[in-house]
Amino acid sequence: MEVLFFYLVALVAVLSGLIVVTAKSPVNSALALVNTFFCLAVFYVMLHAPFMAAIQIMVYAGAIMVLILFVIMLLNMGVEPHKKPTHIAWGAIGGTLVLLVSILFIQRGDTARAVGNISKDVVLREGHTALIGKAMFVDFLLPFEIASILLLVAIVGAVILAKKEV
Amino acid sequence: MNAELLSLSNAPWLYIGAMLVKILVVFGVTMGIVAYATWAERKVIGHMQTRLGPMLTGWHGLLQPIADGIKLFFKEDIIPSQASRVPFILAPMMILIPSLITIAVVPFGTDLVVNVGGKAYAIPLQITDLNIGILYILAMAGLGVYGITLAGWSSNSKYSLLGGVRASAQMISYELAAGLAIIAVFMLSETLSMREIVLQQSGSILDWYVWKQPLAFVLFLVTGTAEINRTPFDMPEAESELVSGFCTEYSSMKYALFFMAEYANMIVVAAIMATLFLGGWAGPTPWGPVNLLGKIFAFMFFLMWIRATFPRVRYDQLMKLGWKVLLPLALANILVTGIVVVLQQ
Amino acid sequence: MENLVQMALQNVNMAAIMPSLVLCCFGMFLLMINVFMPRGKTTAASLISLLGLAVTFVVTLRAWNHPELGFAGHVALDNFATFFNVIFLIAAFLTVLMSDDYLHREGYPVGEFYPLVLFTTAGAMWMASGTDLMTVFLGLEVLSISLYVLAGLFRGQLRSNEAGLKYFLLGAFSTGFLLYGTALLYGVAGTTNIADIGFYLSAHGKMLQNPMTIAGMLLLAVGFLFKIAVVPFHMWTPDVYQGAPTPVTAFMSAGPKAAAFAALVRILILGLGGLQADWSSLLWMLAVLTMFIGNVTAIYQTDIKRMLAYSSIAHAGYALVGLVAANAVGISGILFYMLAYTFMNIGAFAVLVLAGKQGEDNLTLEGFSGFGYKRPFLGVAMSIFLFALMGIPPTAGFAGKFYIFAGAINAGYIWLAILGVLNSAISLYYYLRVMVYMYFREPQEDYGWVRMNPGTVVSIVLAIVGVLYLGVVPGKIMEMAKMALF
Repeated sequence: MEVLFFYLVALVAVLSGLIVVTAKSPVNSALALVNTFFCLAVFYVMLHAPFMAAIQIMVYAGAIMVLILFVIMLLNMGVEPHKKPTHIAWGAIGGTLVLLVSILFIQRGDTARAVGNISKDVVLREGHTALIGKAMFVDFLLPFEIASILLLVAIVGAVILAKKEV
Repeated sequence: MNAELLSLSNAPWLYIGAMLVKILVVFGVTMGIVAYATWAERKVIGHMQTRLGPMLTGWHGLLQPIADGIKLFFKEDIIPSQASRVPFILAPMMILIPSLITIAVVPFGTDLVVNVGGKAYAIPLQITDLNIGILYILAMAGLGVYGITLAGWSSNSKYSLLGGVRASAQMISYELAAGLAIIAVFMLSETLSMREIVLQQSGSILDWYVWKQPLAFVLFLVTGTAEINRTPFDMPEAESELVSGFCTEYSSMKYALFFMAEYANMIVVAAIMATLFLGGWAGPTPWGPVNLLGKIFAFMFFLMWIRATFPRVRYDQLMKLGWKVLLPLALANILVTGIVVVLQQ
Repeated sequence: MENLVQMALQNVNMAAIMPSLVLCCFGMFLLMINVFMPRGKTTAASLISLLGLAVTFVVTLRAWNHPELGFAGHVALDNFATFFNVIFLIAAFLTVLMSDDYLHREGYPVGEFYPLVLFTTAGAMWMASGTDLMTVFLGLEVLSISLYVLAGLFRGQLRSNEAGLKYFLLGAFSTGFLLYGTALLYGVAGTTNIADIGFYLSAHGKMLQNPMTIAGMLLLAVGFLFKIAVVPFHMWTPDVYQGAPTPVTAFMSAGPKAAAFAALVRILILGLGGLQADWSSLLWMLAVLTMFIGNVTAIYQTDIKRMLAYSSIAHAGYALVGLVAANAVGISGILFYMLAYTFMNIGAFAVLVLAGKQGEDNLTLEGFSGFGYKRPFLGVAMSIFLFALMGIPPTAGFAGKFYIFAGAINAGYIWLAILGVLNSAISLYYYLRVMVYMYFREPQEDYGWVRMNPGTVVSIVLAIVGVLYLGVVPGKIMEMAKMALF
């Protein structure tokens, strides 16, 4: 049952991903991307990570993609002109190669099993949100704080580059 | 005898049956309120402006929503030739669905205990209790903006586009302040589950979070009104400047869907306000659903009252209010709450 | 709840991040000060940022031989990090010194320039002291985002726009590689801590041949090699170096390059030491390619900034040789070389800052005809820096190359050392050509626009002192570089 559901959502996610790159109109691309994010959120729920799922939708689908749509609409971007077939051929060759290599890697690759101390049982017992909070504010406190400096720098940069007069 | 919480594992058929009944009842009640909210709004505003409102269809116009529904249903469904068809058709649904599925996490009463085959099962009066309930609501509210934005863009008309652009800017700005305002509540409740939050306020009226977080309550009241695009924040529609904003080009049932979404959104915001700040179904009367519905109606009346009273704000005032007043206030509220929480430990 | 706060506080060790903390405080203070400054006046901001860098310098030097760990294994202020921190601070100091007059001359007196330089430096520090892939990544992002903005600072100039945008797009792409590599290594080892990855891989030998480990290593390397500007990830360098404001180019060629080397060395040696056979053969080829392509392409350049860009690619190749050797002499050679390169390259760019007209239209070889006669001090300074870049004794460049190639020979990479020396010989051509133009051509202009403003002159003098000191008595610094190894 769960596996079937996974494949269904995965199919939708991959199809939406394909539409993102193939759609002619940027708005359709953006919408398909929203759909992909939504499917990712479903995967998070299936991995017992509802907090991540909610954040995924709030931040990516609810804020970032709306801003992207906003920009697309303001710029009034038209339909992309037809591409030269040579690009498509090169893209197809490159894509096939990447696919082959990834299949090889997936087949021979091996991940560390249960290395960390956060297993499904721990998640169910302590609660996923609490674990994320602990990771963020105890173990990864420094990266969390650096991220705030990063955002500050990004804001300052955006203002400098975009303001009418400095 | 201790009642066991009903789940898919201990009594599958009863669980599925109870679930279906809950979903149908909640959906039915919501749609009923939506229908009669249109009537109520016209009546309330009418009387406030010393008019009578609808009087002809049925006793005091009580059949008016049904007549409106039938009329809209039989109208010609026009899709402008220059519109982008798929987004144009999808947009009304994308507005209504997020607001309807949001109601799933709102608790509306104490557990109902039923005896089946000699065993007692507790059925929670809530469709589902997510442990991140309120984040789910915020996430779904965030998705609602797509409907309006797309409706505005796909109509290929300048009024619609302006409405859509305003909607996306406004909703993103106020979503932030709304989210920050209720964070202060979670800092006190230490849970995101709607059910738990209600249980914590169930002692007496004095346990309601509105007394501990008055600023958050006011902030959420304002941002909630802006999130659902009600007057005085109805910039996306703004009938006096943008004809009808994002729904200018819509007709027939698609147009009706926008209206249903607006009232469904009012119900959702009212239910969240009631649950987070006013004790939800707990108190003042012993009947849970009655309490919740009473609070929802009171809040909806309040929104109609505002609509009859206040003029629309200007767009730059709207942005200034959101970013320069509400957001800093919400942040300051979090800071103060944090200090108090730490000091109390 | 309560014990969470305590747990969080237990991990906090302010001493371990003190240098970057001081820099960030000065940066934020400057951002606030800028609000109250009259528009177009940035001298005060530049002085405050110089003060901030000096204070940080003192704080950094106090950490020498007093290693501090902290934040649950996310940061280690060991001698290695301190040595690199000193390099970043010197680069930032020399850059800020030459910037004030330049920004006024070019008509973009933007007060936010200085806080951004401070934040960039702080980002570089996190890269050098980060012992967790997450910290290193976020440090890299702080560094990069500030640099994108600084590169595109001259909004009215198309070249600067191009530089900013190109750097941003390619940089974002390379960051993606870096993150993907981090994710794969996390999948392999179950941790992002660099040392723990190393322990895990040495305990589970068969994971070393796992394609996922190798893919993770390759992707991580791509991310850093892009910042170092190693062939084939060097395409952005000439355009960005040419288009960016000259002081920014000066900083970009020294600071981020050293930071990326610091992170790469720490990750490859500590985390992926078990894969040394794989990465050293890969870096061997890249080092040779980088030296040849950088040097040969530089010969064909007529714009001096562009030529220095290709020369900086070639120098990345030399430094990479030390990493291929991966022995004590080679790695400490990298540290020494980065310090030496900071002095000589920023010095050369400082001369360009003075020699350029408004709008930077005089930085071609032709434009330097007879420059050495008309402006003797700048001519001599430029010659010293060019000699250093060539690797002629008694300058820092010679000592640096000497240590790096000695390391390569010790490790048995004799051919690599020979190719490196051969490349130095190639580079003589284009460096000497600048001097030929400066001293053996008739002056076309009288260079009346050159204003010897004190900041830039001090910066040039400091760079000359550094180049000569490192060249004449390299032993002491080299000893410190050896002490800096982990």
